Amino acid sequence: MSHDDKPTARDPSAILEVTGLSQWYAIGARFLGPAQHLRAVDNVTFSLARQEVLGLVGESGSGKSTLGRAVLRLIKPTSGRIVFEGQDVTHMSRGQLRPLRPRMQLIFQDPFTSLNPRMTVGEIIAAPLVIHQKGMKRRRRDERVAEALTAVGLSERHARRFPHEFSGGQRQRIGIARSIMMEPRLLVADEPVSALDVSVQAQIVNLLLEIRRKLGLSLLFISHDLAVVGHVSDRIAVMYLGRIVEIAGVRSLFERPRHPYTEALFSAVPDTDPTLRRERVVLKGDLPSPLAPPSGCAFRTRCPYAIPACAAAVPELRVVGPAHFAACIREELELRSAGNR
Amino acid sequence: MSQTASSSLRAVSSKVPATATPADNVVLAVSGLRVAFRSEAGFTQVVHDVSFSVKRGEVLALVGESGSGKSVTSLALMRLTPPPPRSSLAGSALFRCRDGKVRDLLTLPEAEMQGVRGNEISMIFQEPMTSLNPVQTVGMQIAEAIMYHRDCKRREALEEAGRLIELVGIPEARRRLCAYPHQLSGGMRQRIMIAMALACDPSVLIADEPTTALDVTVQAQILELLQELRARTGTSILFITHNLGVVAEIADRVMVMYAGRIVEQGAVIPVLKHPVMPYTKRLLRSVPRLEIPSAEHPMLETISGTVPDPQRLPRGCAFHPRCAHAENGLCDADVPDIEEVSPDHFVRCLRWRAIAEACA
Amino acid sequence: MSATLRAGDVAMDDAVVLADTPESARGSRPWQRFRHHRLAMFGSAAIFILVLATVVGPWLIPFDELHIDIRNRFAPPLVGGHIFGTDQLGRDLAARLLTAGRLSLAVGFSAMLISASFGTLIGVVAGYYGGLVGAALMRFVDAILCFPTIFLLLVLAAFIVPNVAMITLIIAATAWMEVARIVASQIATLRERDFTLAAEMLGASGTYIMFNELLRNAIGPIIVAATLTVARAILLEAYISFLGYGIQPPMASWGNMLNNAQQYLGSAPWLAIFPGLAITLAVTSFNFVGDGLRDALDARMDIG
Repeated sequence: MSHDDKPTARDPSAILEVTGLSQWYAIGARFLGPAQHLRAVDNVTFSLARQEVLGLVGESGSGKSTLGRAVLRLIKPTSGRIVFEGQDVTHMSRGQLRPLRPRMQLIFQDPFTSLNPRMTVGEIIAAPLVIHQKGMKRRRRDERVAEALTAVGLSERHARRFPHEFSGGQRQRIGIARSIMMEPRLLVADEPVSALDVSVQAQIVNLLLEIRRKLGLSLLFISHDLAVVGHVSDRIAVMYLGRIVEIAGVRSLFERPRHPYTEALFSAVPDTDPTLRRERVVLKGDLPSPLAPPSGCAFRTRCPYAIPACAAAVPELRVVGPAHFAACIREELELRSAGNR
Repeated sequence: MSQTASSSLRAVSSKVPATATPADNVVLAVSGLRVAFRSEAGFTQVVHDVSFSVKRGEVLALVGESGSGKSVTSLALMRLTPPPPRSSLAGSALFRCRDGKVRDLLTLPEAEMQGVRGNEISMIFQEPMTSLNPVQTVGMQIAEAIMYHRDCKRREALEEAGRLIELVGIPEARRRLCAYPHQLSGGMRQRIMIAMALACDPSVLIADEPTTALDVTVQAQILELLQELRARTGTSILFITHNLGVVAEIADRVMVMYAGRIVEQGAVIPVLKHPVMPYTKRLLRSVPRLEIPSAEHPMLETISGTVPDPQRLPRGCAFHPRCAHAENGLCDADVPDIEEVSPDHFVRCLRWRAIAEACA
Repeated sequence: MSATLRAGDVAMDDAVVLADTPESARGSRPWQRFRHHRLAMFGSAAIFILVLATVVGPWLIPFDELHIDIRNRFAPPLVGGHIFGTDQLGRDLAARLLTAGRLSLAVGFSAMLISASFGTLIGVVAGYYGGLVGAALMRFVDAILCFPTIFLLLVLAAFIVPNVAMITLIIAATAWMEVARIVASQIATLRERDFTLAAEMLGASGTYIMFNELLRNAIGPIIVAATLTVARAILLEAYISFLGYGIQPPMASWGNMLNNAQQYLGSAPWLAIFPGLAITLAVTSFNFVGDGLRDALDARMDIG
């Protein structure tokens, strides 16, 4: 795994390589005059190795959800390149993508709208088989459905029920069962636990970890919850206004963050220990409009360490440690770790 | 059952008996609150016998997962639940009004209740976008709240609104007076909500999941703001949330609700650091903490099972089917009474002593 | 390395399902709501009786509807064994009415089937694809809707041989647009839901998504529209047959019985009253049932 000098190098063991990916949306195209561009994702480069869990962390407007969908080719990127299992999928048509679909799946945030309310759970989970393995006999299909249900902690007698009869956590399990039916190589989980109760979140997180282990798949875990991401990931990428501002192994990131935004994120997460007295880094101001991001470093308007030079140019991701990259020109900063925030 | 519960509450704590005047430093004393809803499916009791008091200037957190009844409790106090026969309220909520008199919010006539809402007790909600009028400037919305409850002219009200907007930390307050809600970010809208809520200097602010829909950095800002405001104005805050981290950050005292009852309550340090109710303990352990990960990714602790359907609550302690320490014949027989663990730490569990000894 | 996930690999954490509700409680809410809608229940009963009467009735009535008996012409109701009286040729009105009913109801129902199917097909395609295709289809629908129905029918009727099949077809041709519109808007909304995206993620083709996933979510409005279409179709058949362009004598339909009764309105009003009542009863009954279905199926169909 060579992540030495660039966040992605031609790595044959990588299941996903994303280079310079941008997703711009034209907003309010006027009759005469230029449309404004919303840079949902701006020049993102990273790679995902086999059986690796990469956490994608950011707040609203960071572009993490858009990035997840772009990677799965649910939308057509404005520019850049996406290579999945060695194949360039950036410009593939829907028809060309169809045979690849079973190998890259998405888990949705909202367990209530991601299941067809008029299909039974069995039909929902069997859908991939019906679509891709039309020849399969009914009995065999039912067997596979039963296997999938028990694999995610439900029972085969649930196959005859409808989604509205289940709780949020159970529906999320159903969604997961559906997505692993064709044994994908890549699973993108877009805020899979945010809509669930606290005690249920842990169940689903455990389930995802178990599945990752057993099926040996790679997981792109998108979330705004740093604590959950830290628990689940091997590496973490922190996004702000469409760009990756820091990417590193989780240990390295938590022990020594190298971007002020990461430090602010750590500081903002409340801890359940009320005796923990700490100096919080509270950011000033609000997220700038994605239609008109600040010049140079997009974070400089809220950064407690900003200097005039930050407005000059957009900082590139540079090496700051072993497999640790950060997009900040002030490499000398000593920032607080996750344990001491 | 509720009589026994509230009488044991009276006996063991300095809490307020239902019929007597609350102590001087208590602004709101709730006793035996019960809320039920009528729907197609029948009559469902959603809140069973909730009792607590809010002291002047403190932050009291109400914590629970979905189905715990926490939001319904606050709506009931504000009399915002659907009118009978769709809902029914029981119990008492004694509130010390600005004029010194103590009134029961649950039996107050609606006309008087309107004078209390937004004036002496305010509420802010989770989704500021849906709570604000999209076709009115935020300045006017705050001013209207002021004009409704106080006798003042429009110009004065707008000036006061400007002052409030500055108070809640929005820069360029004058300019913002003319802004519409959709022009502001989520964090700013929530600040506007807070400004509106504080416009008439209420003694209690009920905040129902005010930061749940916000980014974590914005949440930090809002929590900081609430603490500042509390210090400055002495307003008590009833903070409803499912996020235990937020509770640890901001609350002085906390109540944990499960299936419509308070199962543990007290000062925040004993409850969060030394919980005795198995639900509280498991809940705390299932929250992933932001810490440097150990070498292996250990599985998170979970609570097996799911929250019970309010129409089909288990017999006895509602948590017993999911509890590792449940004892047949005891936990599934009667609903436990509230017991004192230590001064200002109470629990509703029959086996807490035995469990604590076993774990010691 | 990549083993298949087997049962027991993951701890069964929450095996408790929300509902161990008996079957009857779970799926019956819409039916209960329908039962509470009194007019709908009345309508259902009326339709049932009408269908039964038209199917079985003619065998029970001692007179044949084609039997001409000049000596007993213009007999008022309840005279000489004729419950509803006789017409200008002495034919028993009750027998004619019920036989005509078979035709009118059959035409109404068949027209509904054809128009609902076609309208659904157009609506699904328009709603799913949206964009240019959807817009073109919907503008086409809008264009046809600009014509007043009766005139459209009459124009079409001028071009065809007036047998039952063709009449049914042209009635269907004027009724499919409503269904298409309703379905198109439903499907267009459903298209944006996450579960549609999930199906796309699985690599499903457009056809699969349209007909296996989306269609079943639009069934409610389709059923309501179809029921109301039967009412309209019966009425439309009555219109054109009354105007002389529909079912031709000697085949009886409620419409052409009214046409026939025009000249005798003063002397033998029962010739017009009974067919009129029959049409009114049928149309309003279907409308009531449609309303009841709309109320019953409307309330929160997807969320439990």
